[in-house]
Amino acid sequence: MVRILLNAFIFFLPAITHGQAAEELVLKVKEKFDKVNDYEAKGKMKMNVTFIKAPVATVKVYYKKPDKLKINNESGISLVPKGSINISIANIIANAAECDIIDAGKEEKTQWRVVKLLPRNEAADIVLSTLYIDEQLLLIRKTRTTTKENGTYELEMTYGKYAEYGLADKVIFSFNTKDYKLPKGVTFDYDDGTKKEESKDKLKNKKGKVEISYSSYAINKGVPDSIFK
Amino acid sequence: MSSIIQVKHLSKEFGDIKAVNDLSFEVPAGQVYGFLGQNGAGKSTTIRMLLTLITPTAGSIEIFGMDLHHHRKEILRQTGAMIEKPDLYKYLTALENLRIFALMSGIKVTEKILMDQLAMVGLAERAKSKVKTFSQGMKQRLGIAVALVHDPKLIILDEPTNGLDPQGIADIRKLILHLSGDLGKTLVVSSHLLGEMELIADNMLIIDRGRKVVEGKKEALLNPEKVQVEIITDDKERALAVLKETAWRKNMVSSANGTVLLEISKADIPELNRELTEKGINIFSLRPKHTLEDFFLSLTKN
Amino acid sequence: MLQLLNIELYKIFKRPRTFIAFGVIAAIIFLIQIALKFGGEEYVGMMMSGLNSTFDAPADQVMNGYFVCFIILNLLLIHVPILVALVAGDMISGEANMGTLRLLVSKPVSRTQLLLVKFTAACIYTFLLLIWVAVLSLFLSMLLFGTNQLFVARGEEVNIISASDILWRYVAAFAFATVGLITVAALSFMLSAFADNSIGPIVATVCVIIVFTILTQMQIPFYDNTIKPYLFTTHMLGWKGFFYVKGEEGVTIERSIGNLPAIIRSGLILTGYAALFLFTAIWYFKRKNILS
Repeated sequence: MVRILLNAFIFFLPAITHGQAAEELVLKVKEKFDKVNDYEAKGKMKMNVTFIKAPVATVKVYYKKPDKLKINNESGISLVPKGSINISIANIIANAAECDIIDAGKEEKTQWRVVKLLPRNEAADIVLSTLYIDEQLLLIRKTRTTTKENGTYELEMTYGKYAEYGLADKVIFSFNTKDYKLPKGVTFDYDDGTKKEESKDKLKNKKGKVEISYSSYAINKGVPDSIFK
Repeated sequence: MSSIIQVKHLSKEFGDIKAVNDLSFEVPAGQVYGFLGQNGAGKSTTIRMLLTLITPTAGSIEIFGMDLHHHRKEILRQTGAMIEKPDLYKYLTALENLRIFALMSGIKVTEKILMDQLAMVGLAERAKSKVKTFSQGMKQRLGIAVALVHDPKLIILDEPTNGLDPQGIADIRKLILHLSGDLGKTLVVSSHLLGEMELIADNMLIIDRGRKVVEGKKEALLNPEKVQVEIITDDKERALAVLKETAWRKNMVSSANGTVLLEISKADIPELNRELTEKGINIFSLRPKHTLEDFFLSLTKN
Repeated sequence: MLQLLNIELYKIFKRPRTFIAFGVIAAIIFLIQIALKFGGEEYVGMMMSGLNSTFDAPADQVMNGYFVCFIILNLLLIHVPILVALVAGDMISGEANMGTLRLLVSKPVSRTQLLLVKFTAACIYTFLLLIWVAVLSLFLSMLLFGTNQLFVARGEEVNIISASDILWRYVAAFAFATVGLITVAALSFMLSAFADNSIGPIVATVCVIIVFTILTQMQIPFYDNTIKPYLFTTHMLGWKGFFYVKGEEGVTIERSIGNLPAIIRSGLILTGYAALFLFTAIWYFKRKNILS
């Protein structure tokens, strides 16, 4: 349904003429990213989800072309939002060839180019990806991805010394969370009197955030496939 | 002679039941005091009150000249007791049991004291055996050792010969006489074996339904002013007729099975004999019934 | 006093029955450990069922010594009271039943003193039982399962605690559990003072715990605000409070305790109950006619 509506919407949009330019832009970004065959990055992962309290995790993130990504928690339990692996920029870009690329103009405030990717394969989980691209630096600043299974995800990137490879220093990953509840018979909770304030926003979709701040990348040093198993 | 125990107007009620009713008695020092009564007479309740196991409803108890309620610890430190069955920790050895109760009595315990005590009751060889392997008699002896281990001045033994064989009973009797005769201890001994009591007690208290029936020296109780005399004659009917004609009739208690029972003073026995003989009645036997048992039963029969 | 305490401890630890409790605990803990070693990930899956829709949760990381200990305590601290009752409920009535109580009470020791010493001995037993639980459930699990962060699944929240931030929480939790179990011991002890046989107080204690635990776990609003805050079983769960953390923007604050005042309050309520039970026992026993 969403797909049909979007198609119709896009079909009648004059912006479709810019499609060609957008495709080129995505290609340029991809080229930049293609310089990276693999990397191993160190960073800190912070989670902000209403029903989770977890320590800041020291993580290692591994990437290998075209779309392998793995987040390893070095210091503890790594809770990784479902599907997040597939939502990485690398993945989106790698799949760009199988998408219709549509230029949706510029975001007013930032002047970032807004590009929409519509997968041609109807069976794909991703319904729509929106990229916000800095045309000067050829960097993806933001993405919003809508999936069939897991709702909408957002990635926000801040770049620093690894910008030439298109790799961010900081990534904020936002996602939808569902309610969490375990039967009391399982947990035998101690009622310490802490009242949950969720009652008012119970019906709203809740957002969770994962923030990874990278301290270093080791680029193209080779990453064995075994890590991704 | 001073009293070790002075009990005055002691009463204990359990709901509507008066287990002990206005009981007063004194236990002289250095003697064996026999405590007699049928089951349920109030013996055990009284003994438990002497040991502070039961709180009296009314009355006072003084032991060693001190009020029991206010000087409980001082009194109990000098008191040893075995109450009813000698129940001990079955999963511990004889020596361990003895040590525990010796320590609880507040004395310094050495292995030697304990072993001597066990030797005295003939259990030295079984010192390291668990009590659950003991016979009733052995438990009884260990119970007595527990009562004696802290060398108390007053020893209270509730039914000490219960469940023992004749040899065991004789051993206990010997021990009691040794404790009182040689060591000068004061003993309160309750028993339903009245024959035994006859052999060991100096003084006796007989209670029935919580009340004192009689208290006094054994000799006095066994040789009272009035005795029951059993007359066996060749002709009971004639003897009865003769007695009914005379002043003796007011002394008659019963007549059955060819015998006649009279309650008279001892001094009158020769006179009775003479009178019956003069009336031509042949007397086979003229015997005062003087055993404690008869006496006891006659007292508590009602 | 110390002499008397020695005697009571001697009596407790000379009894085979005493070690049944230690054996039972060891058996239960081993069984749980074996089950978790071979089928633990399924169990973790159940604990994490609320998360699975949103997160990929690695069961193998969650399953570690600290987590196993948490599960064991969760399961065991409902049943250890029964083992505590086994000894505490026997302290007085057991002596009455054996016939040794009349000997004890006729010794030059006040009844209050006797009860205080006996209760202290029961507390020491309880404490040793918990040390035993701690050694097996915590240290053995750490050895068997290794250590990692602790995943605590609550009804509506998940807390993850750094490995370096856990041990002190267990020390505190065991200390709190000791207070909880001493309350059970005091209840059992009080019932023991009333009775002349050992089965009665033990069974009665177990029944009270079962009924109270059911009431504690029942989600009935009527009981939530009326009876529940007064049940000591509600507060016995307070040990878990040491594993509930505070967070800042979703990040666990190291060394934080979610609601320390609530735990202290629960601890005080438990202590209050224990004192009430003990004083009732002494008050009653001082007047009791020893007829056994």
